[in-house]
Amino acid sequence: MRLELQGLTKKFGSFTADDDIDLVVEPGQIHAVLGENGAGKSTLMNMLYGILKPTSGKILIDGEPVEFSGPGDAIAAGIGMVHQHFKLVGPFSVADNVQLGREHTRAAGVLSARAARQAVRDVSEQYGLHLDPDAICEDLPVGVQQRIEIVKALSGPKTELLILDEPTAVLTPAEIRELLGIMRSLADSGTSILFISHKLKEVQAVADTVTVIRRGKVVAELEPSASETEMASAMVGREVALTVDKTPAEPGEPRLEVRDLTVVNDAGVKVLNGLDLTVHAGEIVGLAGIEGNGQTELARAVLGLLHPDRGSIAVDGVNVARLSPAARIDAGLGYIPEDRARDGVITEFTVAENLVLNQYRNEPYAKHGVTDAAAVRERAVDSIAEFDIRTQSPNEPVASLSGGNQQKVIIAREFSRPRRLLVAAQPTRGVDVGATEFIHSRLIAERDTGTGVLLISSELDEIYALADRIAVIYNGRIVGEVGPETPRESIGRLMVGAEAPEPDAQDAEASETPPTDAAPPETETSSTSTQDSATPDTEMPDAPTPDASGPDADEDDATNGGDRER
Amino acid sequence: MSAETEASSAGPPETDDGTEPRPPFMVMFGRYLTEANSVMVTVYSLLMAFVIGAILLIVSDDAVRGTWSYFFSRPTDALSASWDVVSSAYVSLFEGAVLNFNTLDRFAAGTADFGDILRPISETLTNATPLVLTGLAVGLAFRAGLFNIGAQGQLILGMLGALVIGFTIDAPAIVHLPLAVLAGAIAGAAFGAIPGLLKAQTGAHEVISSIMLNNIAALFLVWAISTEFLHSETRSELVTRPVNDSAVLPRLLGPLGAHLRVNAALLLAFAAAILVWWLLSRSTFGYRIRAVGFNEHASATAGMHIGRTYTTTMGVSGALAGLAGAALALGVGSGGVTTNTALEYGFDGITVALLGRANPGGIVAAALLFGALKAGALSAQPAVPVDISTLLQATIVLFIAAPALVKALLRLRTPRGGLVTLEAKGW
Repeated sequence: MRLELQGLTKKFGSFTADDDIDLVVEPGQIHAVLGENGAGKSTLMNMLYGILKPTSGKILIDGEPVEFSGPGDAIAAGIGMVHQHFKLVGPFSVADNVQLGREHTRAAGVLSARAARQAVRDVSEQYGLHLDPDAICEDLPVGVQQRIEIVKALSGPKTELLILDEPTAVLTPAEIRELLGIMRSLADSGTSILFISHKLKEVQAVADTVTVIRRGKVVAELEPSASETEMASAMVGREVALTVDKTPAEPGEPRLEVRDLTVVNDAGVKVLNGLDLTVHAGEIVGLAGIEGNGQTELARAVLGLLHPDRGSIAVDGVNVARLSPAARIDAGLGYIPEDRARDGVITEFTVAENLVLNQYRNEPYAKHGVTDAAAVRERAVDSIAEFDIRTQSPNEPVASLSGGNQQKVIIAREFSRPRRLLVAAQPTRGVDVGATEFIHSRLIAERDTGTGVLLISSELDEIYALADRIAVIYNGRIVGEVGPETPRESIGRLMVGAEAPEPDAQDAEASETPPTDAAPPETETSSTSTQDSATPDTEMPDAPTPDASGPDADEDDATNGGDRER
Repeated sequence: MSAETEASSAGPPETDDGTEPRPPFMVMFGRYLTEANSVMVTVYSLLMAFVIGAILLIVSDDAVRGTWSYFFSRPTDALSASWDVVSSAYVSLFEGAVLNFNTLDRFAAGTADFGDILRPISETLTNATPLVLTGLAVGLAFRAGLFNIGAQGQLILGMLGALVIGFTIDAPAIVHLPLAVLAGAIAGAAFGAIPGLLKAQTGAHEVISSIMLNNIAALFLVWAISTEFLHSETRSELVTRPVNDSAVLPRLLGPLGAHLRVNAALLLAFAAAILVWWLLSRSTFGYRIRAVGFNEHASATAGMHIGRTYTTTMGVSGALAGLAGAALALGVGSGGVTTNTALEYGFDGITVALLGRANPGGIVAAALLFGALKAGALSAQPAVPVDISTLLQATIVLFIAAPALVKALLRLRTPRGGLVTLEAKGW
């Protein structure tokens, strides 16, 4: 299918979300649309999918102008969409989810489970996307859930164009690599793909052509061979430094000492299993690992939200086991939580209120239980200026801010009070290039003032950019502590537990998911050596896993490791 | 990452350009009127409730129904009869609640004194007083994400607490009265903190536990009244001793007429409303209540103690309901408390809090409206069935609680921030 947009414009009142967008997707092409949060990408896709009506402009499919009055029209015209947030019914089986809205029925409207299963198998085999039709959605790893969404989109009557809206936001590195492979093989079999993203490496790895939009306008048409700096500058509208300047660390005395930390969750699983870790003053320790290996629990235990079953946590040499989270915060512990909307901000509160969320009861923001509104406001005005938080006023609810600016609110809150130790969990998740640059430089500056920083990140790039020392977590324990010059392959091997002392993790689920998945997309990913997610996979044949055959098995290993934690 | 959030997040720089001139005031006002914002939803809910009440008044009146049977031959009969029954009912509600025109005429003629004119207002305020307090109790808990269904039980305990101090102690009024009021608040607070404590310690849902505590309180009241300690020495029916004169709440309009029942509890209720407003907007305690109510995870991450917040909020909520009980116990005058004194004030507080959207100002307004409906209905019967007041209350709340219904029925536009529906967490 050849899709063409001519002068597509969408206005909301006086605000123009998309302004005169021209774009052509050739058949069998992967066309990336690159832009920061709020650039107008999602509005564009919603117009394409019939959710929003364009104010002006035309959509042409194979040269014919079309008008959609709803997603049904778009689906009928051959467009399928995979939303950023999955639209799956958790307790339903894979087959039930795929047939949702177009159920296979026998006479009198009785559901035909067999036809539904067969339909899933047909689509799965046609595109090489393996799925078990009877598996229950909510039990499956996120990457597999996304595969269901793709199969759902492809099983439309004649889907020839697939829209993927920020598809990698929720995936682990291994899952991202697999998704990119799936995209490539779909394109090779003739499906056109519109790929919305703000992650440069993924775009470089998989796209055939790149359109950059900024503030609702097309600002550049690039080849995927364009450098990251070039893409980033086009997105942000100014020169962007992708590498972080930093001087060698000057580690001081230990700030955080974790010894033999063990946490058993409600299901009786040891999510932390005798973890030892030390962070010194003036250094950034990067905690690398596939998500779900105990990172969340470690951060929560340090903050005091989770009570360890064994072991000790000492800050500045003082055991904090008996201290409440409030006491630890007052003692100088800063925390950037990984789930911003859940743990980081209260979206209904104003920017000013969020900026004092953990100090609202301390002077100068309150005296004798009475809030000093002037002090809170003054603090907000200062932070908004210092941290470049884009908001109309300190009294706007945080919900009206973009993700990057919400994250800046959290950063500003944690950096505007005396602190000795900072735990930063996924500090740049869902944050665009400009804000990432800013947050990284602040973290370095933080280190240079003598704070100990524990950086928890699932993105190896971020770890490499910032960390002075890298600790790798697997199955709730540190399986290796290495220097920042260690090659990715070694760290990737540690991350999947290949050198871990317990090789029993691999058997549980491997049999359920036979390796009949997408063709290994070696060509794309290996050409971009910086693709961090590639490392665990390409290294796997060396790993001592007898049943591993190809990239899928690796993926299973990774998710297995994750599942065992839950 | 929906289109709307993109629009609003990137919107400011565009609108600041001032490319579009601000529309004239009347256009802005017209837009406001046709938008489903919380003020207009409340206004339309009231109007629609009165329309539905009118229809039911027409349908339930035999004579009027008769005139509709020959509507097509003489439509004026049906229309005028319907108008008469509806307008007379609403006028008599108004006369019972705000101002009676007959009394006004008699005052002009010299056969009634000024106090008689104030009588409907006094009744409205008397009925509204406990509703303000129970409405505040439920509303405050709402703000912490808690649904305090137990205001009725807390009110009963507060009533008993104030009563006991009211007749056991002999002291000058200046000491005795505040002491009795305080006793009511403390008893209510203690009873109210129980569901909060249970939730904090065990996770037991406050709705379940407070419903159960309501039953316990109601049955405890029946038993307590029959005990020798509390039971009236002079009367045989189920009624308690009266409180000493020094603990009786003074009537505000006493000099103007003995029948003007409104008493100092009204001032107490207004003061409580101001206090709750202050707590929520100016104190760190209120900040914590709102934070926990919106997002307990982020609150816990910021170091707030969630369980303690639940317990203290429920305690303060219970104290407010207990004050309502004290107002009743110390306001009945020479009579004692009966099993009927509490009526349904605690449960009505839920509807008042909903109607007032858990804002102290809104709660006071809602309580006054409900107090007026109650006063009007009592004085207008039997000409107007007393159920009409209950029906109006129920319909108003139904519409308020379902803004989407009002929006759909009247085809209103969605306001910028979306529809506002008040709800407690977990329900």
